Amino acid sequence: MTAPLLSIRDLKVHFPVRTGRVIVAKYQSLRAVDGVSFDLAPGETLGIVGESGCGKTTLGRAVLQLLPVTSGAVTWLGREMTSLDAAAVKAARENMQIVFQDPLASLDPRMTAGDIIAEPLRNYHPELSRAEIARRVGELMEQVGLLPGMVNRYPHEFSGGQCQRIGIARAMILKPKLVICDEPVSALDVSVRAQVINLLKDLQKTFGLSMLFISHDLAVVRHISDRVLVLYLGKVMELATRESLYQAPRHPYTQALMSAVPIPDPAKERAKPRIILAGDLPSPLNPPSGCVFRTRCPNATAVCAEKEPVRESSAPGHDVWCHHWRE
Amino acid sequence: MSEINMAVPDQAISDAVEGRSLWQDAWRRLMRNKAAVASLVVLGLIALVSVFGPYALAWSYDQIDWDHVEAVPPSWALKHYLGTDSVGRDLLARTLFGGRVSLTVGLLATSVALLIGVTVGAIAGYLGGKVDQVLMRFVDLMYSVPLTFFVIILMVLFGRNFILMFLAIGSVEWLTMARIVRGQTLTLKHREFMEAARASGGSTAGILLRHVVPNVLGVVIVYVTLTIPQVILLESFLSFLGLGVQEPMTSWGVLINEGAAELEITPRTLIVPAVFMTATLFCLNFLGDGLRDALDPKDR
Repeated sequence: MTAPLLSIRDLKVHFPVRTGRVIVAKYQSLRAVDGVSFDLAPGETLGIVGESGCGKTTLGRAVLQLLPVTSGAVTWLGREMTSLDAAAVKAARENMQIVFQDPLASLDPRMTAGDIIAEPLRNYHPELSRAEIARRVGELMEQVGLLPGMVNRYPHEFSGGQCQRIGIARAMILKPKLVICDEPVSALDVSVRAQVINLLKDLQKTFGLSMLFISHDLAVVRHISDRVLVLYLGKVMELATRESLYQAPRHPYTQALMSAVPIPDPAKERAKPRIILAGDLPSPLNPPSGCVFRTRCPNATAVCAEKEPVRESSAPGHDVWCHHWRE
Repeated sequence: MSEINMAVPDQAISDAVEGRSLWQDAWRRLMRNKAAVASLVVLGLIALVSVFGPYALAWSYDQIDWDHVEAVPPSWALKHYLGTDSVGRDLLARTLFGGRVSLTVGLLATSVALLIGVTVGAIAGYLGGKVDQVLMRFVDLMYSVPLTFFVIILMVLFGRNFILMFLAIGSVEWLTMARIVRGQTLTLKHREFMEAARASGGSTAGILLRHVVPNVLGVVIVYVTLTIPQVILLESFLSFLGLGVQEPMTSWGVLINEGAAELEITPRTLIVPAVFMTATLFCLNFLGDGLRDALDPKDR
């Protein structure tokens, strides 16, 4: 394997939350991302899945340094990002862009589509002439499936899918090496979803991109990812290649997630064994001791409350964080 | 999707569509708004006659008609087209000259308020934290200083000066503007497109100029149209206290004040400046509305 493009080690993002009375302020830390490590190879797509509030989005933002990182290392092209100053972070962002979840909200309502797509180009290459910018914007609009004649339209005049294409074009215009897709299709209709996913795959092939694909939709992640990382309460549960994870999930949480994916055939759907997790997601303000999943885990034993599970390889390229994965 | 495609076939076919900015679009939309265009024309006319009118008249604003030191009714023979005030000065000349003062004060003081208010408000709202605290506490402090007291201090320090009045009025009017803009900025700050702007490499200044300011303009413009009349009236109040323009110089505010006192004897001394001022304010309101609509791309 070549040197990783992005390497994350023990990344922690904690938010201070004020919990005290009005006068005596007490701060607790909300552990949105708590000790995540992974590598991303050039051209690879890593899917990040997990339920709401497990830290998927925070993880994506932290990689881009859009949020302050509490501790840990984000190494981008061999450089440690968390200690860089603002100018260096800005320079690094030229190669890492992001596509947001809500297509309309991520576009400035007072800017035309052309201006939105051109914005990163203007920020990083102010020396380019207007004609050159217009040419590149037009070219890219065609690549993402928008008519170049739409440059003067405002975001509210586009459909959700078209807005997301604008968002994708904006992320692609700098020809980045990494694009973080933060639930790019969750807000779209199923029919448009497939188009946008295929567009992302095409662009990935054309530009040789790496992607961090954040989603809670297992089917979408399976379609697009090379490897998949399962998050629960800010911690990694399982990290494996797509085939290995979908065929033989080792972690009880992953198994539960898989069993929740509906099957279009009603007969099979009814016959399928369904693992239903008890209880709700514990508060990230006060996560359970030991293994964070133990409160809802069907296989939990005494050891789970005492010791935090460590990374164990169940197969080459398949890592799992569970005391009982062998069972 | 198909509906949108069908709507623009000819536009889409011609490959090289000129890119337009929000400002160009706004200008086009403003020009389509009849009330706004008419207001713009009337305002232009009022400004023109205020600036050049006094040169064309036989009487100047400070000249007393010694043959008729009294309120002369409108008379073409004496070239007092709208009559004179109680000491025999030509009313039209005074009104036009007063227009210069009032329009200048209104425009400049509001611009000062606009510039400072938007800058401070946007910076405080966007940066937040300590910067926000310091700036907003300063605004609170300024709010608590009485205007007249503040103006008197300025006069004592710098002497009486026409320009000082803009500064004095502007320095009071920007406070509310700053508060409004800060509030708007706070609601904008957490929208996803602001994060997108940061991710695409925007500097703080760039984001403020390109994303924050255009998005708060709608509210700001409405507030500006409310501020201009306020400023014009504030000027007459300062003049009344002897802190603004001094006789024989005059302004609409001063003329209206004087006219109101003589309302029962010579109502035209009130009506003439009042008509000019009301027309101006009406036009500003229509223009403000037009601008607000023009700057909102959703409204076309």
